[in-house]
Amino acid sequence: MNVLNNKPMLCLWVCAASLSGCFDGNDNNTAMTPMPQPEPEPLMVSYEVTVDNLTQGQPLSPITLILHSEGTLWEIGQPASVALEKVAESGDNADLLALDMAMASASGEGLTMPGNAQTITINIEDVTNAYLSVAAMLGKSNDAFTGLNAQGLAGLMVGESWTLFTNAYDAGTEANTENMASIGAAGGEGFSEVRDDARNMVTMHPGIVSMDDGLATSALTQEQRFDNPVARIRITRTQ
Amino acid sequence: MKYTLVALAGMSVLASTAQAADLDIQIQNISHGVYFAPLFISAHNQDMYLFKLGEAASPELQAMAEGGNIAGLAEMASAMGADSVENPAQGPMSPGMTVMTSLSTSEGNTWLSVTGMMVPTNDGFVGLNSWEIPTEAGSYEFYLQGYDAGTEANDEIRGSGAPGVPGLPVLPFFDAEVGQNGTGVTTTENNPVVHIHRGSIGDTDMQGGSSDLDSSRHRWLNPVAKVTVTVN
Repeated sequence: MNVLNNKPMLCLWVCAASLSGCFDGNDNNTAMTPMPQPEPEPLMVSYEVTVDNLTQGQPLSPITLILHSEGTLWEIGQPASVALEKVAESGDNADLLALDMAMASASGEGLTMPGNAQTITINIEDVTNAYLSVAAMLGKSNDAFTGLNAQGLAGLMVGESWTLFTNAYDAGTEANTENMASIGAAGGEGFSEVRDDARNMVTMHPGIVSMDDGLATSALTQEQRFDNPVARIRITRTQ
Repeated sequence: MKYTLVALAGMSVLASTAQAADLDIQIQNISHGVYFAPLFISAHNQDMYLFKLGEAASPELQAMAEGGNIAGLAEMASAMGADSVENPAQGPMSPGMTVMTSLSTSEGNTWLSVTGMMVPTNDGFVGLNSWEIPTEAGSYEFYLQGYDAGTEANDEIRGSGAPGVPGLPVLPFFDAEVGQNGTGVTTTENNPVVHIHRGSIGDTDMQGGSSDLDSSRHRWLNPVAKVTVTVN
């Protein structure tokens, strides 16, 4: 048993000695310059993301795509970031696109109307295991949004697609009064830093009540009501 | 002899899929404005269930759904040899709240079920019916719907949590959210079996109207809970 146990020790010791000898030789031999390695071609990784608006009457604000290696855009039960609040209350995605954690970002153009879809391309070099996050406001609401939160892409191969259905969330940053003064799309104020919701946290959205269902002060009608899911997101890795 | 061999082979298959497990269970209330009464979490055998969609609620389920009382379900599960956790949050779960608990299951108890009353409702509950616990170690995430026990009319007005007695049970911690003097949304429940809850209506009148619930506060859209089960 002793012999068996000693063998690997001996081998390691010998290897270590020979390695150190080798390095010593290099240090003293200036003629042996390292060969310049050719720059490896960057691997272009590209995704096409198609978002279908499945609602009856909720325009989606410009859709934000972010590729990142860590972190999340939101966490249910926790307060929304100000960047997310801006999307959820007014559709303004400038802060979200500029997030430090974003390795790549892309924005859709204009509104994606009910029944319509928009395809957005996002590219990144050399990273095939990024997380994709998506966010867009349900435009005719106080602070409703939909999206994907850190969807891992490591398993998505070139030419493959995944289809996911997304729910409506409430940013918890503004009470769901539905009144004209508080809804940007109805002519009121969109983003306001004041957090007047009873609960300052992201949750599922309880839905739109509307003036047609007894909320007399609502600027919204039955058309803006929705149920889950509110969007379909198809992710295709094109290269 | 042949039969014995077949029986033995069958038993070995059963044994390999019916092993004991150590589970960490996280359940989060993801609704915007509805509380969960004490949860009942149970790992049980294939013969037991807490509820079944499309079937009438048991008296034990009715007591849970109408009044948040899980004692009957716990007694039933215990009699069936289930491994259970009662009221892991040691009180109500407000929106956004997550409860974490551990559960060691005995051999054969490979099905996981959860129930908890949603308040304020007449007989709404969050539920999971017989999810097969994976044998492979890992973390499994899924979402739960809000169900209606089908045992009480959804009148949405103050009343009792006793089984068979109309109305919403109202506890001090959410009393201020619930209105008064509503005339009642309905007096009938035409679907007497367990089904997906249609949601609460509510109204905007805290001193009257048809409902004592608040239409801007007490509605929800499914799903209502997020579950993460880690099989160790």
